[in-house]
Amino acid sequence: MKTCLVVDDSRVIRKVSRRILEDLGFEVAEASDGVEAMAWCSAVTPDLILLDWEMPTMDGLTFLRRLRAEPAGDQPKVVFCTVVNEIERIREALDAGADEYIMKPFDGSIVAGKLDYLGLIA
Amino acid sequence: MIPPPDCAYLAALCKARAGLRLDTAKTYLIESRLGPVARREGYATPEIFIEALREGAGERAAWAAVEAMIVPEGEFFRDRAVFQRLVEEVIPELVRRRAGQPVRIWSAACGTGQEVYSLAMMLADRPDLARSCELYASDLSERSLEKAQSGLYSQFEVQRGLPARMLVRFFERRGEFFALAPRIRQMVRWRRVNLMDDLSRLGPFDLVLCRNMFPQFEPESLGRVRDHLRAVLAPGGQLLLGLGEERAGDLAPLVPDIGLYAA
Repeated sequence: MKTCLVVDDSRVIRKVSRRILEDLGFEVAEASDGVEAMAWCSAVTPDLILLDWEMPTMDGLTFLRRLRAEPAGDQPKVVFCTVVNEIERIREALDAGADEYIMKPFDGSIVAGKLDYLGLIA
Repeated sequence: MIPPPDCAYLAALCKARAGLRLDTAKTYLIESRLGPVARREGYATPEIFIEALREGAGERAAWAAVEAMIVPEGEFFRDRAVFQRLVEEVIPELVRRRAGQPVRIWSAACGTGQEVYSLAMMLADRPDLARSCELYASDLSERSLEKAQSGLYSQFEVQRGLPARMLVRFFERRGEFFALAPRIRQMVRWRRVNLMDDLSRLGPFDLVLCRNMFPQFEPESLGRVRDHLRAVLAPGGQLLLGLGEERAGDLAPLVPDIGLYAA
């Protein structure tokens, strides 16, 4: 079973994301900011990270840059999932190593489409 | 709730004008699609709008009702592998065969434009092909065509099938919308077309895309539409249907796994 780490400071968004991802066949873990996510990733390499941008302690972009600098940090597919929706910011996220980008609000069909594009679901 | 006789009237209107099949059992769908059009035309409810249509509300109103019943194609790169095969195999072969003459490609039921723009964006990355191709797009719905030509899509729409890297390359924010780059929009020529009409003035085309539209036609209309599309194909021309469409009639399969047929 593929694994996904959902990183978001909103409990509701984590819950909604978990439901969508479990329906798509993922085993889901949760973190509420970049620091928690880094700790999690130092122990386990997930197949996918669904990543919010604006979070306390460590934001999504900082987390992504640090993750990609780690050994094996290039392995997880990272999909931003955020209210940030300016083209320049999306480009910044992709340049930093994001594989895809979802703008909130989102639903299951959008997540499924992105994961299909990344080859994470059939 | 729209009463069954009104649904039946609307179904007859769709069939007579555009050959379209309307499932009268789905009254909630009919109501949700017709409601905004009714209000735009100045009628408070779909029922009053249909009553006005029965009494001869005019051509524009009748077409507005029919157009509202069409399910538009609304996804970028729907069946992504099909687009890859088009750009990597089908179109290069057509370009080679046409030997310097333009390859004319027609998205025959383009809806709000996502299909033809998906192809245009891919061709933008293949200038060797793009300079040999002419893209045409048509739809029955004036409103869909207007939206397609505007190149403006909502946040929800640009997340349906469009990879983020293509979003940042080909779109810019314009207020609450994402606007497609003019250089892509300008690759496409548009016109309103009813596939039930004689199309001979439009052709010939080397490749016609009419994906996922056949199931929307009445069985007796579909044969006519197929004949019309066949008639606009250039010698050796090809017709692309939706994946798994089972109403290709006597069209000859060319590449069945992407829905490509010969005349």
